[in-house]
Amino acid sequence: MNFKTTIGLEVHVELKTNSKIFSPSPVEFGDDPNANTNVIDWGYPGVLPTTNKGVVKSGIMAALALHAQVEPHTHFDRKNYFYPDNPKAYQITQADKPIAHDGWIEIEVDGEKKRVGIAEMHIEEDAGKNTHERDYSYVDLNRQGTPLIEIVSKPEIASPDEAYAYLEALRQRIQFTGISDVKMEEGSMRVDVNISIRPEGQKEYGTKTELKNLNSFNYVRKGLAFEEQRQQRVLMSGGQIQQETRRFDENTGQTILMRVKEGSDDYRYFPEPDLPALNISDEWINEIGSEMPEMPGSRRQRYVNELGLTDYDAMVVTQTKEMADFFDETVKLGADPKSAANYLQGDVNAFLNEQHADLQDTQLTPANLAGMINLITDGTISSKMAKKVFKAITQGKEPKAFVEEKGLVQLSDPAKLQPIIDSVLADNQQSIDDFNNGKDRAVGYLVGQIMKQTHGKANPQVVNKLLIASLKK
Amino acid sequence: MNYFEKDLTTLHDDLVAKRITVTDLVKATFDNIATTDPDLKAFLALNKDAALKKAAEMDEKGIDADNVLAGIPMAIKDNIVTNGLTTTAASKMLENFVPIYDATVVKTLNSKGIINVGKTNMDEFAMGGSTENSAFHDTKNAWDYTRVPGGSSGGSAAAVASGEVIAALGSDTGGSIRQPASFNGIVGMKPTYGRISRWGLIAFASSLDEIGPMTRTVKDNAILLSAIAGHDDHDLTTSTKEVPDFAADLNAQTSVKGMKIGLPKEFLGEGVDQDVKDAILAAADKYRELGATVDEVSLPHNKYGVAAYYIIASSEASSNLQRFDGIRYGHRSKDVKNLEDVYVNSRTEGFGDEVKRRIMLGTFSLSAGFYDAYFKKAAQVRTLIINDFQAVLKDHDFIMGPVAPTPAFKIGEEISDPMTMYMNDILTIPVNLAGLPGMSIPAGFAKGMPVGMQLIGRPFDEATLYKAGYVFEQATDFHKQTPKQGGNN
Repeated sequence: MNFKTTIGLEVHVELKTNSKIFSPSPVEFGDDPNANTNVIDWGYPGVLPTTNKGVVKSGIMAALALHAQVEPHTHFDRKNYFYPDNPKAYQITQADKPIAHDGWIEIEVDGEKKRVGIAEMHIEEDAGKNTHERDYSYVDLNRQGTPLIEIVSKPEIASPDEAYAYLEALRQRIQFTGISDVKMEEGSMRVDVNISIRPEGQKEYGTKTELKNLNSFNYVRKGLAFEEQRQQRVLMSGGQIQQETRRFDENTGQTILMRVKEGSDDYRYFPEPDLPALNISDEWINEIGSEMPEMPGSRRQRYVNELGLTDYDAMVVTQTKEMADFFDETVKLGADPKSAANYLQGDVNAFLNEQHADLQDTQLTPANLAGMINLITDGTISSKMAKKVFKAITQGKEPKAFVEEKGLVQLSDPAKLQPIIDSVLADNQQSIDDFNNGKDRAVGYLVGQIMKQTHGKANPQVVNKLLIASLKK
Repeated sequence: MNYFEKDLTTLHDDLVAKRITVTDLVKATFDNIATTDPDLKAFLALNKDAALKKAAEMDEKGIDADNVLAGIPMAIKDNIVTNGLTTTAASKMLENFVPIYDATVVKTLNSKGIINVGKTNMDEFAMGGSTENSAFHDTKNAWDYTRVPGGSSGGSAAAVASGEVIAALGSDTGGSIRQPASFNGIVGMKPTYGRISRWGLIAFASSLDEIGPMTRTVKDNAILLSAIAGHDDHDLTTSTKEVPDFAADLNAQTSVKGMKIGLPKEFLGEGVDQDVKDAILAAADKYRELGATVDEVSLPHNKYGVAAYYIIASSEASSNLQRFDGIRYGHRSKDVKNLEDVYVNSRTEGFGDEVKRRIMLGTFSLSAGFYDAYFKKAAQVRTLIINDFQAVLKDHDFIMGPVAPTPAFKIGEEISDPMTMYMNDILTIPVNLAGLPGMSIPAGFAKGMPVGMQLIGRPFDEATLYKAGYVFEQATDFHKQTPKQGGNN
């Protein structure tokens, strides 16, 4: 029997605003518990929420980045449930009229392009955090009220690979808007996953299971692949899928039953009476639209068409907005685009991985990278010397000044090189004989000797040319 | 001393002319409270030390002749948070709760030099119409200590009516300022929804709650509303409309000549006491005599107001009161083994019966499968009620009618009969549902107990209500009558 898979993804994206969605407390992580809270975050008697306009703007930006329709008349709702990390015992969210609906993003799997629909996206507040130690439980409300956007896909994702591609594309587009860091490892992007299968030809969806503890895109793909197989085995052996929540085990790559869902939770949603409805004007949407950063797809096109990058290079330098912006700036300062792309995906990436740092947090600047590339292009330094220069520019040094200070300038003047070549040849009759007997290896040895004499400063291309000419005399 | 002979203006003149110091005034106020309140029981907490300290500071500094509120002792309903002063909302849940911030209205009044005398009793979380739902004690009607003061702002009403203070703040979700004002023969204004910041008002039903002043005279009330009204960045439901100097238009030239007044026939229907009807009809004649026209109008959906209100208000309350969970502040049960016990036992022990009744009603109304039949239907009824008022107020300057169907009833008479108690609010609730301003002013007596008249205006047109109330007050002497000490009238 053949089965069709249907995957639903609910992605929570944490917004990078200065203050919380409904209170002026700062959005900061890593501080002492409850340091970034005030009476609103505590759900203190008598307090009221006020909407952070920046969050609404971010919501509109996300909607535009995901080709979604912005709802002109929207409002907040209360989702009621008791939990210690939820101080009001309700979450302010959007239920029946979310800020945007009906969007899509394009994904590509095995060379095939597909549009995946987005059912809706809404803005809401995050909860605090409970921790448990010995006989006590502690509540930290620093995260309480951090703004989130929840993006809900349409049931159009048909395989774990498509789910992976959807998450990649979603992350990238949101990242380019600048509204979020969208980092799974830091919790600024969280994914809830559900999956169901049904026999080919059956109209109704199968019973879906929910997966938890998927802390990377890879785990999402692995967990879904396992779950897809498991559901098939159950159905093939005549069993039935239960509506249940399963936990992904990173060590075994399997999903394990957490709990069976009976009925659905009743959150008693109703319109939030403390906040007026949000009216979003076309003017505002257009204004935000005109300020939107260029999305990755159009940048890739531009790099291929205008700068002559390969598809692969263009894809790599548009992985993050910071990388793409850095690339643009470097090229604008005169660097050869191909070299700039090579450096970014090679040395720069290696450096960032080694430092566990983001590009914008290092001392590397487009001006210095461009400066170094230009020094290579005009022959001032060799690519070998460039290794030293690269290290220097990662420490914020200006390449030209560094090259001069260290005397790294390449020796390219034939008038200065010829006497050195002549003296090396005079000392190495054996190599001349070898060359004349057709042993090309001798050239390498001789170049090495010349480089040694010049302390590595000789321009290898020029040396090669002059040396061959001398040998052939 | 009591405040029967003075209003804000004359008291202010005395302070400016130094015929009395703020300290003398505050001391005299507490002396009177010490005599009156052991029986009246209007207060839950007194603020004596801080009040005397502030009085001394004001005497030192001198009274600003342009600030009529400087040095005036006032009482605050106990669901309005006061920094450093116990705020309980008359609930065991918040028995020892000391807030760390001031409500916007309190901050405003403090900055204008008001002396906060103390916090007044109320029905727990403002749920009730007799102040018998206070977790701590009953408050008496200033005119008859065997009767209720009304509610939920019963403490504020009794404190003003008995002369303990010249003014108090109340809050009104379905009649909680107007009904106790009516029962105690004082002036109570529930302003337009959005007129006054709710920041610091412990929420009962967010879309209906409104703070308002309770005073002996219309002019005092107008002075206070101008002081506390206006937009607040902490409350996005407040209006940015300009706040007029309401009292400035209240003088010998103020008139109702040419005004059109609507008297809804539903307001004088079944269940309304004959004495109350008589007082309102007499008031209508008085207005005609003063040059206004009064004609019968209809608010056909008014009768559904109580049902819609108890669904909407209880639904919002069920959500608003969830924060009292025993985790961060307030009562926490000692009898707990797990998290669920913390929630269930703390709330079971901390809330009174009426609060529990409304939480259950509201939780049910919002539940999946019932939402459309209850909450949504009630919201639709609310729209019909708004439309009714709009239709009448389109060609009437304001609406007049009774505040409550009866004068104050006996303590214990209705507390075990929630339906009768709820029906008391039938004439005040629609005004909250429509978000309109409504004011209660003294309009007569029924067997010795005060009867209030309700004036209902267009949105943000409190000015017309004050004018009409002032003219009526000047033409009658109901407001000049005062209860005897001890309430034996």
